[in-house]
Amino acid sequence: MNRRTAFATGVKDGIPICLGYLAVSFTFGIMAKNANLSVWEAVLISATNVTSAGQFAGLSLITAGASYLEMAFTQLIINLRYCLMSCALSQKLSQSTPFFHRFFIAYGVTDEIFGISVSLKDKLHPFYSYGAISVAVPGWVMGTFLGIVSGNILPERVISALSVALYGMFIAIIIPPARGNKVLAGIVAISMAASLIFAIAPVLCQISSGFRIIILTIVIAGIAAALFPVTDDSNIKEAAENES
Amino acid sequence: MNHNIYIYILVMAGITYLIRLLPLTLIRREIKSTFIKSFLYYVPYVTLSVMTFPAILSATANVWSAAAGFVVALILAYNRKSLIQVSLISCAVVFVVELFTGI
Repeated sequence: MNRRTAFATGVKDGIPICLGYLAVSFTFGIMAKNANLSVWEAVLISATNVTSAGQFAGLSLITAGASYLEMAFTQLIINLRYCLMSCALSQKLSQSTPFFHRFFIAYGVTDEIFGISVSLKDKLHPFYSYGAISVAVPGWVMGTFLGIVSGNILPERVISALSVALYGMFIAIIIPPARGNKVLAGIVAISMAASLIFAIAPVLCQISSGFRIIILTIVIAGIAAALFPVTDDSNIKEAAENES
Repeated sequence: MNHNIYIYILVMAGITYLIRLLPLTLIRREIKSTFIKSFLYYVPYVTLSVMTFPAILSATANVWSAAAGFVVALILAYNRKSLIQVSLISCAVVFVVELFTGI
């Protein structure tokens, strides 16, 4: 894949992310306004962080006047899942990928860009990431801007509808490979069931969503790796070919 | 105690970026361990499943429109529709359901 096609593919896959981001960051903008942040400050947070849960938590800590250490620790806990994602992505990059590309790719490791990058059949081309970042991040920043400038520029119905865009995308990533692969199908079903239990069961429901993701990922992917090791690349390739 | 908003933003952005950056720069070689390779292969499926469900059910104005969007997305994805199609059609379903139920 050359730079141009990699970039174009990234742009195309980034469009649904952009729409979903508009809806989510719009809400962030409204909340930033309620927290008395200026337009510039809110936009700066979105452009430098590009993460939903971390920003919402950060906003409440700013409002509460928490210490910098508390802020650092909270961000670490909430965003630790990105560490797992980056580990997975590191294996998706060609070994010869130079350092400076890794620095730029890291900026765009969000749940969504990770999702589309890791499901690529080939190695991850840095320009694929750049293409996705170039449409997704402006959506994130623009949504924040619109949210804080005018809380009611988009009708509530549109916001509500756009809110499922990102979930729809996640489903489009995980379901096709799971079709025809019993192990993956089982993992998807068990993960969703476990997530539901963590969301409603007493005690368990007090675990933050960031931690829930980390705990369940380590446990379920760990057990799956022990029970169903992917012996070599041919296995993965075979699974990938079944998809298409 | 007075806190500077820019230091807050710097701390937030710095920590978040480092978490994303370190594995990408520190793990430069291909991992040989079958267990770790398999683990990393399974990570996205678990992570994305856990993030999607049940969170999707509370994403919209009411649980019924969300459930409709969820089911339609599952069906479309199963039939290997593209990312954009699955995403946009499930948005449209939510919109229509909310329009008709008037919520």
